[in-house]
Amino acid sequence: MERRRVVVTGLGAITPVGNDVESFWDALLAGRSGVGPITQFDASDTKTKIAGEVKDFDPELYFEKRESRRLDRYVQLFIGAADQAMVDSGIDLDAEPELRERMGSIAGAGMGGLPSFEESLDTLRNRGPGRLNPLTIPKLIANMSAGMAAIRWEFFGPTNCTVTACAASANAIGDAAEVIRRGAADVMMAGGAEATVSEFVIGSFNSAKALSTNNEDPEGSSRPFDSNRDGFVLGEGGAVLMLEERERALARGATIHGEILGYGMSTDGYHVTLPRPGGKGQALAIEAALRDAEIDPSGIQYLNAHGTSTPANDKTETAAIKLAFGSSAQDVAISSTKSMTGHLLGGAGAVEALACLLAIRDQVAPPTINLNTPDPECDLDYVPNEAREMAITNTLSNSFGFGGHNVSLILGKHE
Amino acid sequence: MDRSDVETRMKALLVGELGLEADKINNDARFEEDLEVDSLGVVELLMALEDEFGVEIPDDEAESILTVGSAVEAVIAKTG
Repeated sequence: MERRRVVVTGLGAITPVGNDVESFWDALLAGRSGVGPITQFDASDTKTKIAGEVKDFDPELYFEKRESRRLDRYVQLFIGAADQAMVDSGIDLDAEPELRERMGSIAGAGMGGLPSFEESLDTLRNRGPGRLNPLTIPKLIANMSAGMAAIRWEFFGPTNCTVTACAASANAIGDAAEVIRRGAADVMMAGGAEATVSEFVIGSFNSAKALSTNNEDPEGSSRPFDSNRDGFVLGEGGAVLMLEERERALARGATIHGEILGYGMSTDGYHVTLPRPGGKGQALAIEAALRDAEIDPSGIQYLNAHGTSTPANDKTETAAIKLAFGSSAQDVAISSTKSMTGHLLGGAGAVEALACLLAIRDQVAPPTINLNTPDPECDLDYVPNEAREMAITNTLSNSFGFGGHNVSLILGKHE
Repeated sequence: MDRSDVETRMKALLVGELGLEADKINNDARFEEDLEVDSLGVVELLMALEDEFGVEIPDDEAESILTVGSAVEAVIAKTG
């Protein structure tokens, strides 16, 4: 029996470069950075004073005030993107209530509501455990994005949350596609969001030497594959894709934005934060995705790299692409859109899968900005600084997380 | 403490902190049924009242506070 196919019928995004899909995409194609001075806390004591913050997000676009105040910002951003994706999909659960039992959600978050946790610690230390807000736990737990989606839209199918750090929302999309493939649901709201621009998180990443401290040049701070890169830039936000079983989507005449063709996972088994040198672990995920999609490396035209702008990631990922792609590595157009958005941690995989779908739609690869002095160990085609019009049928998106979690997704044009 | 003063500050709290609609708030309004405040919200409200008025509302007493009016009475009883 032929495998059930999974297509994408709805898109939503709230990101540092735009609070909807089209403004996000316009910014990427224009090579516009969303990184700036931190506004969400007083950063005078942290080494890093810059981040890719979501600008002018108004929760009341999506929630009543009494509801939004009970949700951590990461859930607000997820639900905002999910709302956009639901509208875009044209799915109307009131018109087809039977779908409620065949619809679910898998959402990724690397950290969950850490800023809410941070706030509650002040209460605990200053006023004692008896004064902790009753909503503390529901605000901070990392699974509330998918939980809240089901509450908001009242669907009853499978829900789950992936917490594989910076690979979380790529895992969410891959796992959600698997749920549809195996017939456990027909529609899945998949993606993820993160919102951890806080003193605790910035300070902790600074101690781990993970973040750029290029505070003087915020827009130039995220510089994947460049010799002068000095760490990643924290971003916030996320994206949601509505995944739908293909026959169902065709039957209702849905607009199809692309197809989930392949999902590969592997683990480095090496270190809590560093990738396994040489790229073997990451290459295994890429190879697994290619096998799943039954596509040769030469069939991938655009690759959205994990490309964090850390010294270790970018050269290891380059080595991994060479291992997995062989002689085709020189031919694939690679870019790191984190050069513009910063690193959305658990939201990154979904945002970058979205970039792949839009690259297919418009036949254009977004650039890697700030790539002025290429690292000799990063010697592939990273689409430097200018978007490139080109024929794109199949794309691959890499996402790698602390702990050694490696995920590759293959998204293709729907035929 | 003056009753109207308690009522005014209580209303400000319900609107400002919990995001309730001002025109629905009166002494007869029941938290769960009329104001759609769930059980977590009631706990949150009572903690906010404790902070606002400097009183302590024990759990067994809290269980009988089901309306805006009964919350007002509890505060007045404790502040004299």
